Amino acid sequence: MHPAPSVILFSTLSGLGFGLLAFLGFGMPSPTGWVAFVFFTLGYLLAVGGLIASTFHLGHPERALKAFKQWRSSWLSREGICAVAALLIMGIYAIGAIFLGQIWSAVGFVGAVLSIGTVFTTSMIYTQIKTVPRWHNVTTPIMFLSICIAGGALLAAQVSLAMPLLAIAGIAQIAHWVLGDKALKNSGTTLATATGLGARGDVRAFEPPHTGTNYLLKEFVYVIGRKHAAKLRILAIVLMVGLPLVLLMMSHSHILAGLAVISHLVGVFAARWLFFAEAEHVVGLYYGKR
Amino acid sequence: MTTLPTSTEKKLGLVIDLDTCVGCHACVISCKGWNTENYGAPLSDQDPYGANPTGTFLNRVHSYEIQPKDAPAQLIHFPKSCLHCEDAPCVTVCPTGASYKRVEDGIVLVNESDCIGCGLCAWACPYGAREMDAEEKVMKKCTLCVDRIYNENLPEEDREPACVRTCPSNARHFGDFADPDSNVSVLSRERGGMDLMPEMGTKPVNKYLPPRPKDRDRSEDVDILAPFLEPVATETTGFLGWLDKALESMPGGKN
Repeated sequence: MHPAPSVILFSTLSGLGFGLLAFLGFGMPSPTGWVAFVFFTLGYLLAVGGLIASTFHLGHPERALKAFKQWRSSWLSREGICAVAALLIMGIYAIGAIFLGQIWSAVGFVGAVLSIGTVFTTSMIYTQIKTVPRWHNVTTPIMFLSICIAGGALLAAQVSLAMPLLAIAGIAQIAHWVLGDKALKNSGTTLATATGLGARGDVRAFEPPHTGTNYLLKEFVYVIGRKHAAKLRILAIVLMVGLPLVLLMMSHSHILAGLAVISHLVGVFAARWLFFAEAEHVVGLYYGKR
Repeated sequence: MTTLPTSTEKKLGLVIDLDTCVGCHACVISCKGWNTENYGAPLSDQDPYGANPTGTFLNRVHSYEIQPKDAPAQLIHFPKSCLHCEDAPCVTVCPTGASYKRVEDGIVLVNESDCIGCGLCAWACPYGAREMDAEEKVMKKCTLCVDRIYNENLPEEDREPACVRTCPSNARHFGDFADPDSNVSVLSRERGGMDLMPEMGTKPVNKYLPPRPKDRDRSEDVDILAPFLEPVATETTGFLGWLDKALESMPGGKN
């Protein structure tokens, strides 16, 4: 799949932002006044910034409001509704904490659940896509949720919680890679089933429909950079989980924690780039590209 | 509504005969022509006369080689367009309701004024039947020429999809699969019409007729006259033997 920068930016930033908002909603920590202002601003900048970035990949962003209509069937629609609901509810909670010095725990709890729910709906957009076997399994939502929660704990300065959560996120990410590598083969979809000609002999793509490229090849048959995938995976895991863990164990200073957050963010970026770049869409079979 | 209808009154679709398709791409061109000039956003081209031309097509013809274990290789031309699936995954993922399946005839369409161009429907389609137009930034797909098949301004023989109307080898057939006695139902039944990627669970309406078995390979057949024609001598003797040795002894003679 084509790794669109806007979508990678969205899933990385908003995942982290909604993770932070969830921890704030659960009251871990529960600051008031100026400290609350800083925490909520950070959470909103990340979450809303990511959401805005995601509209850049739309052909017609001016029609984006129409996307709230089909929540009955579409995970993308559910994501939009969940995100707006989470931001509104957390906004009420934030007003209480910042301006009134009040912690409305029930409101925070609902906002936190909606925040995590938003990341879950994001992950389900990919998980539902049966045509990309690497995504179409349970490791996708587990990976998205565990990284969101670990990043949120890290940003919310919940050091003792962040360390085990980061480790879990790392395991979930590795599980997604390990299972994903076999997914296309295990799906049973081949050029033989794609053409229905498999019973007659070995099928080989002889000639593509056009000499040039097309939308399908650009969007679904992305191959550039795959050769560096193994190196990038190691880099992603080290930056996302390894380095932040080491930094957190060293001491509890703000500077080291800040470095841990930056390292984590860069690691998640790399992992999300791989999430798209490595994903094999079955339409590539028709072009003999799998 | 992007939820799928539980059933449709008609199931309009195509039968594509892989046995008779000659791979001329006439259906590709007539499709592009009709759908650029008529309903919806035109199918644009980018850099059409330059070094790297690309463009939007609703129908593309692939060619595949089959190598059977004990027969000569076969070349199969393989036109591919929207299969108007009964369980269309492209429809349910749409967040705006722009993609829908019609209750009256089962045609899967895009309402272009509602399409936000997110591309998720093209991700969900295993067949590569949907393409985002690079100029209009909306999703394009086969409409089964919905603006031809019901068009009373056209002569009756033209009220079928442009690809079917133009096919010079009659490899494409249009009809209603809900009617067991329709031309397409009969063809599909008699010729073993098949689904593409049945494991995807999309229940395609369009069916593909497999190529008929070719004349068998006779290269390994036993010929009763063959024993009489076998070479008698295995080593060259006489004049030819001398010539063979003489030529080999010349510079550059030995390979």
